[in-house]
Amino acid sequence: MTQVSMTVNGKAVSGDVEVRTLLSSFLRDHLSLTGTHVGCDTGQCGACMVHVDGDAVKSCNMLALEADGAQVDTIEGQAAEDGTLNTIQQAFQDHHGLQCGFCTPGMVMSAAALLKDNPQPTEAEIRAYLEGNICRCTGYHNIVKAIMAASGQDVGAIAAE
Amino acid sequence: MYNFEFEKPSTIADAVAALGSEDAQALGGGQTLIPTMKQRLASPAKLVSLSGIAEMKGVCVEDDGSLAIGGGTTHATVASEAAGTFPALANLASHIGDPAVRNRGTIGGSLANNDPSACYPAAALGSGATIRTNAREIAADDYFQGMFTTALDEGEIITSVRFPVPQAANYQKFLQPASRFALVGVFVARFADGVRVAVTGASEDGVFRWSEAEQALSGSFSADAVSGLSVDPGGMIGDLHGTKEYRAHLVGVMTRRAVAAAG
Repeated sequence: MTQVSMTVNGKAVSGDVEVRTLLSSFLRDHLSLTGTHVGCDTGQCGACMVHVDGDAVKSCNMLALEADGAQVDTIEGQAAEDGTLNTIQQAFQDHHGLQCGFCTPGMVMSAAALLKDNPQPTEAEIRAYLEGNICRCTGYHNIVKAIMAASGQDVGAIAAE
Repeated sequence: MYNFEFEKPSTIADAVAALGSEDAQALGGGQTLIPTMKQRLASPAKLVSLSGIAEMKGVCVEDDGSLAIGGGTTHATVASEAAGTFPALANLASHIGDPAVRNRGTIGGSLANNDPSACYPAAALGSGATIRTNAREIAADDYFQGMFTTALDEGEIITSVRFPVPQAANYQKFLQPASRFALVGVFVARFADGVRVAVTGASEDGVFRWSEAEQALSGSFSADAVSGLSVDPGGMIGDLHGTKEYRAHLVGVMTRRAVAAAG
């Protein structure tokens, strides 16, 4: 066992892990932060998306030890302490950007990473950025709408389907 | 995945030493290696992470105008930092995988793996790049030796890659939308002394130079110059995503598109 330490959602955490432990496993199994979902476990679906030092990464495709010393942000850190949803989460609720909800943590984390770098993305830029996030409910349309709305743009420009 | 030993050195020298033990494997961004290990298609005894080696990261322009990219530089960094000097390379990097893959995957990892459908091998071969390792410099023409096979020795690390900057260049990728690799990708680069054309995704021997097209384009850099040329489907990859004939056809189409876009 090896000790790993990092800052998760602003709090210093550490744990003893096998070196093969994935970041997704460390978050879920060691820290009980089960909002980070493991969908495919092959790096395809993006349900496990978190931010490592500000960059969106798939936590099932990274060793926990590779995040040693890093700042990690997960879906649990998105809402306020009192449970008030952040702008992106609220937009997902308002625009029905989720159906079964399994992919949603990854979608929200990807959306947050996109809007940090590109505060007013076009519909095409949003769809391109979500290439690594799979929704098996095929709910992309309202997800894109939600992200448009979260960035303060008019969602009426997106055709109804 | 099976368990392994893990080291994360902070210098190239320490990484080389750590890779000296039996069944040790370098870990770049892990975007291919970790899924491969999960499937138990690889089970190294030791992983040596290269992500803590600062001297292997970054993009810089050398005195002769060529672009040097550290082996541990992510695709996302190449996409942003190479954009001014070598836009065709930056554009290629910005379309590898998806944003999360680009935030972790590295150019050295991609070139060391030499996936027959990866994008970077086409850029390196098409630009006549030089692969620099801890031990030597290898010309791209000597480096790629077939599907998943390179000139690298055991434990040898790609420390940086030097790209001569072409007068004009373009990469056209026909996307395999599930894997986000190239079904066929063609990198065309025009230099003062001739044109290079490198094709990825198509051949069972991995990335290759299409010399017939290079000769035609060196005479006249226009899509028309290659419109009558074709590659033999015999050595092409044939699978459920595309037949040999389909890929051979795409090589011509993507080459013409790349030439037209390079201008």
